[in-house]
Order: sequence, then structure tokens, then C-alpha cells
Amino acid sequence: MSVPISWYLLLAAALFAIGAIGALTRRNGIAIFLSIELMLNAANLTLAAYSRLLGDRAGQMVVFFVLAVAAAEAAVGLALFIGIFRLRRTIDVNRINLLRW
Amino acid sequence: MDALSLLWWIPALPFLGAAVNGLLVRNGQKGLVTFVGLAAPGASMLLGLTAIWQYATGLAPEPLRQAVYSWTVGEMSIDVAFRLDPLSAVMTFVVTVVGFLIHVYSVGYMGREEGYRRYFSFLNLFMGAMLLLVLGSNFLVMFVGWEGVGLCSYLLIGYYFDQEFPPEAGKKAFVVNRIGDFAFLVGMLALFASFGTLEFGEITERVLAAPEIAKAPYVFGLSLAGFVTLCLFIGAMGKSAQIPLYVWLPDAMAGPTPVSALIHAATMVTAGVYMVVRTNVLYQLAPEISLFVAGIGAATAIFAATIGLAQNDIKKVLAYSTVSQLGYMFLAAGVGAYVAAIFHLATHAFFKALLFLGSGSVIHAMGGEQDMQKMGGLRKHLPLTYPTYLIATLAIAGIPPLAGFFSKDEILAGAFAGHHHLIWGVGILTAGLTACYMFRSVYLTFHGSFRGSHEQEHHLHESPKVMTVPLVLLALGAVTAGWIGIPTGLWEMAGFADHNVLHHFLSPVIATLPGVDTGHHLSHSTELLLMLVSVAVALGGWLVAKRLWGGERGLAADRTFAERLPFVQRLLANKYYVDELYDRVIVRPLAGLARGCWKIVDTLLIDGALHVGAFVTELTGDLGRFSTTGNIRNYALYFFAGVLLLFWWMIF
Repeated sequence: MSVPISWYLLLAAALFAIGAIGALTRRNGIAIFLSIELMLNAANLTLAAYSRLLGDRAGQMVVFFVLAVAAAEAAVGLALFIGIFRLRRTIDVNRINLLRW
Repeated sequence: MDALSLLWWIPALPFLGAAVNGLLVRNGQKGLVTFVGLAAPGASMLLGLTAIWQYATGLAPEPLRQAVYSWTVGEMSIDVAFRLDPLSAVMTFVVTVVGFLIHVYSVGYMGREEGYRRYFSFLNLFMGAMLLLVLGSNFLVMFVGWEGVGLCSYLLIGYYFDQEFPPEAGKKAFVVNRIGDFAFLVGMLALFASFGTLEFGEITERVLAAPEIAKAPYVFGLSLAGFVTLCLFIGAMGKSAQIPLYVWLPDAMAGPTPVSALIHAATMVTAGVYMVVRTNVLYQLAPEISLFVAGIGAATAIFAATIGLAQNDIKKVLAYSTVSQLGYMFLAAGVGAYVAAIFHLATHAFFKALLFLGSGSVIHAMGGEQDMQKMGGLRKHLPLTYPTYLIATLAIAGIPPLAGFFSKDEILAGAFAGHHHLIWGVGILTAGLTACYMFRSVYLTFHGSFRGSHEQEHHLHESPKVMTVPLVLLALGAVTAGWIGIPTGLWEMAGFADHNVLHHFLSPVIATLPGVDTGHHLSHSTELLLMLVSVAVALGGWLVAKRLWGGERGLAADRTFAERLPFVQRLLANKYYVDELYDRVIVRPLAGLARGCWKIVDTLLIDGALHVGAFVTELTGDLGRFSTTGNIRNYALYFFAGVLLLFWWMIF
């Protein structure tokens, strides 16, 4: 027996919602990153599920790209936060409001 | 040398001189400035005289036309062309000869001035523009020269720009001239619209071939000829200082004296007369405008002469005298005596330039003093200036056989022959006044005893040779210039062949139209009688002046006059309050209008609208900037909200 597609989609939607709420509400920069990863993986899960359902491997290929980009993004993001932490001794995004009027 | 093919170099040379002095030479190089400043007009004069000689002796086609460049815009094409015909030959002769002598005189007069190089550069520029004006073959070239001389006039009146009055006077001259120039332009364009050409020759030919075109109704109840001539005459009013646009000329005396002699007496101010004579074919077809011209001329002549009687500044006397004599020239042109107008223009150029240079020599000796009340008895100290000034005065007063007699007499004879008896009367009265106020200036300046300070008396000296030689040469001209136009009647009476050279030379320029009666002929006895009357009036004016101001009398007559008729004296001394009238009626309302435009239209409406716009922009900006908190999570929220909105839009 196979798991119906709706389960995958519901799980992905739940993951995405958790990620979105986390990204919007957390003050810790690293936590925001984790939330963003969560959202990316929700999208990956959807892609993989549809790939399987439609028997088309293109979806799984896209997942690999997303993983690679996410890894690069995490690396750059972490480097930025380390830089900011050295400068301001905090990674609380409420206090890193450099783009102010 | 074939001077005729080099025609365009006549105006080009002074322009070249102005450019070299103005742009290349440095202030300290005084010798070089003098050399360039004299060589350019000198070479131009020699070239001009050679060309005139070759033309007059029949080596040239008639009239000679030389195109240098063709200015083409679309279908329209106008040549930058020069024209040598009897009229421009006479003008070129006067302009180059008198102009060159005044240049020489300037070397002495301006020798110690700061802006020596600037002065000569402007003076050369003026010569170039003036020659462009008289040699131009069409209205456009003439107009360029016309504006050019106006510019130089402005620059040279305001030569002493560190003082307060001269720049003001320059501005006044320029603005008043603009009024006339505008009308000139309108007239020129009306001609172009009707004939499709601006060439003098072509226009004359077409009008002669079909006078009915020019006589056809045009606008404001005027014929084409009437409208065009009226516009051109208004232009001439400005340039040649006629009522009501004469007010700038007396103020123009703020410039250096040689400038007054060259620009504001001998050449530029006569440009209007030249233009009227140049377009005489149109004036002949517009008798009502011609009469208007004669009327304005006569009115200006007597009006300025009466003012001249009460002026104490020696240059002001000469300025009003110039206005008055220009009125004479227009009187002549208006009654159809075009040759007489040019004749008087030429003789006037000599004796009036001489008068101005003589007054310059006096001012030089007096250390800058121009007030005749402080002069007197100068003939002892100025042994060369005095006789030359006297010769010029005799010439302008119309004492035979000096130049002014013949030209003035011809004008009066022309007016009388044309049955304009009232105008003739005004002319003869003006002749008497002219003799009177000119001899007044002679007596107050050169006779009696000195009325200035001891320092001034000690300083008195005759001017250097470089100034007196031009005086003597001009005096020669003031005596002999009239002999080229000794009236035909006199020759016949004396039993000689007709040697009225000027008439024969100029007659091809004066158009003869069927049905327009120009050949007014007086009987010999009438002609002789008129001459006797005008000589008697001139002598009468002289005698009156001698009785009032001669010998040791000095200013006593002026004081008596001021006591007996204080009202008239004030009226004359204040030039009939015309400047004040213009100030009240034109200048102040215009200034008020300008101020209104500034305060209400500009500051309130235009600036106000802009300020409102700026305020609204600033306000929305202020409101908008509260959204940029700098908090990344806020931006993320906007982003999500946007994404959700997009989804909503895509799905529903």
C-alpha cells in the first residue's frame, strides 16, 4: 500500500506554516535560519511527492538543486551572522535594525 | 589694384582689427593697439576710396553687387551680399574718412585712459558694423549692421562703466533703439512676405514694374508701401533720434567725446536717413507717410533747437543740435528731396564731427570740465581749436560758401518747391535758432574772460598734434564738402555748365515713378530769394547771439532770461520735461506691471504651486518612511503578506 498524496501535502503545509511562523516570530538570527530551512524542506517534500506520483524525475532533480542552494545560503548566512556578532555582540534581529529611516 | 572685387574687405578689415585688438593683443601693448586700431580702418578707408573712385570713373558695372555667402533655409535663400551704388558710395566715403580721422584723434584723446585697448576694439567693431550697414545689398545685411552699430553704441556710451550714469545712458540708448528696431523688423518681414526677397535692387525693380502692388491696401487702412514705410520710419526714429524716440541721444553724451563725434553725430545716427533714402521708391508711393516723415523731421528740428538754446553743457548743446539737424534730413526726405537729405547728411558729418572733436579738445584743455558757465576766453589758449570750431559753427549756421549753407539751402528749397510752406517756415526758423545757439556756444566758450578756477586756467593748453591735425582736415571738409552740390540754378545763373556733381551722381538711386511728381522746379529768382532769406536768417541768428553773449557779456543774458521768463527758461533747461513725462507715462507703469508680475504671478502663483507640490511630496514621504522600520522581521512579514496576496490573486 502506498501513502496517499494528500498526507504528504498536509505534512508539507504543516512544515511550511511552522517555518513561516518561526521566521516571523523568532528574534534569534540562527533560529530564523532554521525556520527558513524548514520552509525549504516543506517545498522539497512537495516536489518529491509529486515526482513520485507523476513518475517524473525532474521534480527530484529540483530537490537536489534546492538542497545545494540551501547549503550555500546557510553558509553565507552564518558567515554574515558571525560578522555581525563580532561587531555588535548580538544576533538579536530586533537590535540589528540597520536599514532604518 | 582691383578694389571692386575686394569690396567685402571694406567692412571685414575693421572687424578684423576689432578681433585682433580685442582677443589677441594684451593691455600693456599700447603701441600695438594703436597700430592695429588705426591700420584696420585706415586700410578700409584706402580700399573704400579706391573702390569709389573706380566705380565713379566707370570701371564697374552699375550697380556693383558682390555676394560672399548664401544663407539658405529650406526654400528661402538670402545672400550675404554687398552693393556699391552711388548712395552706398557716398555713405562709405563719409563713414571711412570721418571715421578714420576720429580714430586718429582718439589716439590723443584717449591716450591716458585705462581701457585704451577696449576702446579701440569697440571703435573698430563699430566701423565694421557701420560699413556693413551702408554696403549691405539687402535688408538683412543692413539689419545686422544696424544692430551691430546699436551694440557698439551701447558699449561705448557705457565706456566709463565704473561711474553710475554712463551705463544707465547706454542701457537707455539700447532699449529706446529696440522699440524702433522692432518696427524695422516688422516692415522688413512685410516686404519679404510680399516680394519674397530682401534685395534692395530687386524690390525697387518690382515696385517700379508694378506700382499697383505697393499701392494695394494692406493693413490698418494703409497701402503696402504705406505700412512698410511707416514701420521702417519708426525704426529710423529710434536710430536717428527723432520725436518721440530721441531721448537717448542727449544722454549718450556720457560716452567719450570722440565716440559722440563718430557714432552719435556723424555716422550711426544718420543710418535712419540713409535707410529712408534707400527705400525712396516706397516712400514716393506713400505720400501720406512721406508727409508724416517731413512733419516729424520739422517738429524735431525746431523742438531740439529750442532746447539747445538753454543748455549749458557744451556737449549737450551739440547733442540737441545733432537731433535738430537729423530732423532737417528727415524733413528733406519727407518732402521728396532725397538727394538733399544725403547731401546734408554728408556735410553734417564733417562739421558736426568737427564740432564734437573741437569740444573734445576744449574739454581736454579744461581737464574734463564740460560746463560752458565755467569757460570763456579760451581762444587765446587754443589757437587751433578755436578757428576750426568757428569754421564748423559757420558751416552749421549756413553761412556761404561753407558746407552747411548749400545742403541746408537745398533742403529748404526742396520744401518750398514742394509747396510745403509751413514746413519751410519751420525750417527757416530753425536755421535762425541753429545759428543763434551755436554762436552762443562759441561766445560762451571762446570769447569773454575765463570763468573757471585758477587751477583750470593754469592747466589750459592746446591739444597735441594727433588731435589738432584731424581738426584741421575736418575743417577743410566742413568748408569744401558743400561744393559738390552747388545748386544747378546757381551754375545756370552764372552762365556755366551744370556742375551739381552730387545730383548727377545720386540721381540713378532716386526712383522716378510715373504719376509721382518729383521734379519741382523753382525759377532762378525764387531760388536766389530763398538763398538770401536763409543767409539773412542765419546772419540774424548770429547777430542776436553776438548781442546777447558776445564779448564780455558772458552769462548775463541767460540770467536776465531766467529772471524775466522763469517758466520758459525752466521748461527749456529741463528739455520740456519729456524724460519726466516718459518716466511717468511709460517707465513707471511698466515697472509697476513688472513688479506685479514678479510678486503675484511669479512669487505667488508659480512659486506657490511648486511649494504646494513640494509640501505634498514631503508629506507622503514622511508618512511612507514610517513603514521602513529597519526591523527585518517586519520586512519578512510584508513579504509574506505579499506572497499570500499573490496566491489569492492567482487562485481566485
